[in-house]
Amino acid sequence: MQVASAGRGAITAPPLVGRPRLDLDRILAVLVILPSVAAVGVFVYGFIGWTAYVSLSHWNSFVPDLSFAGLSNYLTLFQTPRFQIDLRNTLVFTATFLAACITIGLGLAVLLEQRVRGESLFRSIFLFPMAISFIVTGTAWQWLLNPSTGVNLLFQYAGLPFQSRWYTDPGIAIFSVVLAATWQLSGFTMAMYLAGLRGIPGDLWEAARVDGADEWELFRHVILPLLHPVTLSAVIVLGHISLKIFDLVFAMTGSGPAFSTDVPGVFMFETTFRGNRFADGAAIAIVMLVLVGSVIIPYLRHSMRTEG
Amino acid sequence: MPRVAPARLALYAVLVAFALFYLMPVYVLVINGLKTFQEVSLSRMWDLPSGLSFESFIRAYEKLRPNVLNSLTLVVPATVLAAALGSVNGYILAKWKFRGADLLFPLLLFGMFIPYQSVLIPLVQFLQWTSTLLGVRLYGTIAGLVLVHVVYGIPITTLIFRNYYAGVPTEMVEAGRMDGAGFFGIYRHVVLPLSVPAFVVVMIWEFTAVWNEFLFAVTITNNPARQPITVALQNLAGSQIVEWNVQMAGALLAALPTLLVYIFLGRYFLRGLLAGALKG
Repeated sequence: MQVASAGRGAITAPPLVGRPRLDLDRILAVLVILPSVAAVGVFVYGFIGWTAYVSLSHWNSFVPDLSFAGLSNYLTLFQTPRFQIDLRNTLVFTATFLAACITIGLGLAVLLEQRVRGESLFRSIFLFPMAISFIVTGTAWQWLLNPSTGVNLLFQYAGLPFQSRWYTDPGIAIFSVVLAATWQLSGFTMAMYLAGLRGIPGDLWEAARVDGADEWELFRHVILPLLHPVTLSAVIVLGHISLKIFDLVFAMTGSGPAFSTDVPGVFMFETTFRGNRFADGAAIAIVMLVLVGSVIIPYLRHSMRTEG
Repeated sequence: MPRVAPARLALYAVLVAFALFYLMPVYVLVINGLKTFQEVSLSRMWDLPSGLSFESFIRAYEKLRPNVLNSLTLVVPATVLAAALGSVNGYILAKWKFRGADLLFPLLLFGMFIPYQSVLIPLVQFLQWTSTLLGVRLYGTIAGLVLVHVVYGIPITTLIFRNYYAGVPTEMVEAGRMDGAGFFGIYRHVVLPLSVPAFVVVMIWEFTAVWNEFLFAVTITNNPARQPITVALQNLAGSQIVEWNVQMAGALLAALPTLLVYIFLGRYFLRGLLAGALKG
């Protein structure tokens, strides 16, 4: 504070020297950030615009044909059974993946807050999958959920009658991918909740205890409402990952039997780069962008407003 | 005390069970990677190897070595450049707010959430175009991938640095100005010396993200000799002729660098992750 007031006093003394310098610096600041802004402007917004344009064109063969096709690519896309399955898979995947990550993440965070011995070791083990590529995760879980070995073998050892065909069974294949994704990201969810719990002042616990509230009531009526912002962040971060998921599915199961694990990301990749149907691929990409944007844009607006 | 014990026991049982769940894939990759080719069998996946054999790791390394080198030549410049740009941008957005900066920032941030499928077609066209028209070979090369990762890395690196610099007292910047330092002088002598922790966080984040990335890599580099490790691993794992213990050893090799970073610098790693959730 003292520095600030001393500084303000000094500025009034030589005003003629201070002013122009300041303006030059402001211009410099804008000039220095300009290349980054231009790059993001072109590579994000310009390219999205171009993708949108391609999605409205006839470019569905190896030879570019950018004549205007209206919404016809979108109309055929939404009538394509594979894309309808993709949208349903995305919804099922997102809902179960979010539910699993939030339940496990919150649960583990609360457990680790109970003055656990070896807490940092547990935390490290729960979180390390986050450091690994989806491609490695997919490779590993492909073997673990291979019906003739892996987890099924463990069930046999344990004498459990339960055997599953996992990702070879169209009815539950998508949940095999959910399992792998939850393995990778539930620890991260836990870390978010742990950060949230550590932000809750300790005397709040004490005060509630003095009031005679038991642990469960305390958790439900005091702690859980305070964790709402964390849950919101978790839903946004995990939700936008699952809405655009590609690598994990591509590495683990691909489209799966009867497209049971197919998602828009995989469909877009195959349509565009295997089938050379660029306009169709662009239309899928724009639908993905709208899905992700409908989650992210309100969140960004909300964050900017609360930040002030 | 004895009354509490069963609950405590249950607590530890749950924690240990989850620890085993998270470690299970690593266990399978390690023990099967260490088995001899004769010993590998689907029905004995969980059995420990009778002795240590590194032949799978050697085979996997022989196959993946060029791609590991590709990934290294990709990750190092991409990480350094994205961090440098993020630092300067963050400094400007935190300490030199110009008109429109508050609108620019969320527009910049949106770039880190988009599904990259929505820029992929123009991106490939652009990179091919630079090759044919400008003679700069960016399509199919590591240089092209570096450019792509730097540009799409700008939003997150700028976010982390901006949040970090917001915590640097403005009085320090004012004091620097009183000493006659300008835009660059303040950055060089006041802000940069304070930036080491933020650089560590950002560089770990970028290193991990770029090393693990797949979609750009698989669409921009089509020549197997130029592909990063994730694409090579995907090809190896999809191969019918490569033994599966070699695939497992390969998966472990691909995961090793980022795992080591996590083990030794885990604290900073977590900070980067949480910054990705917007709250720095």
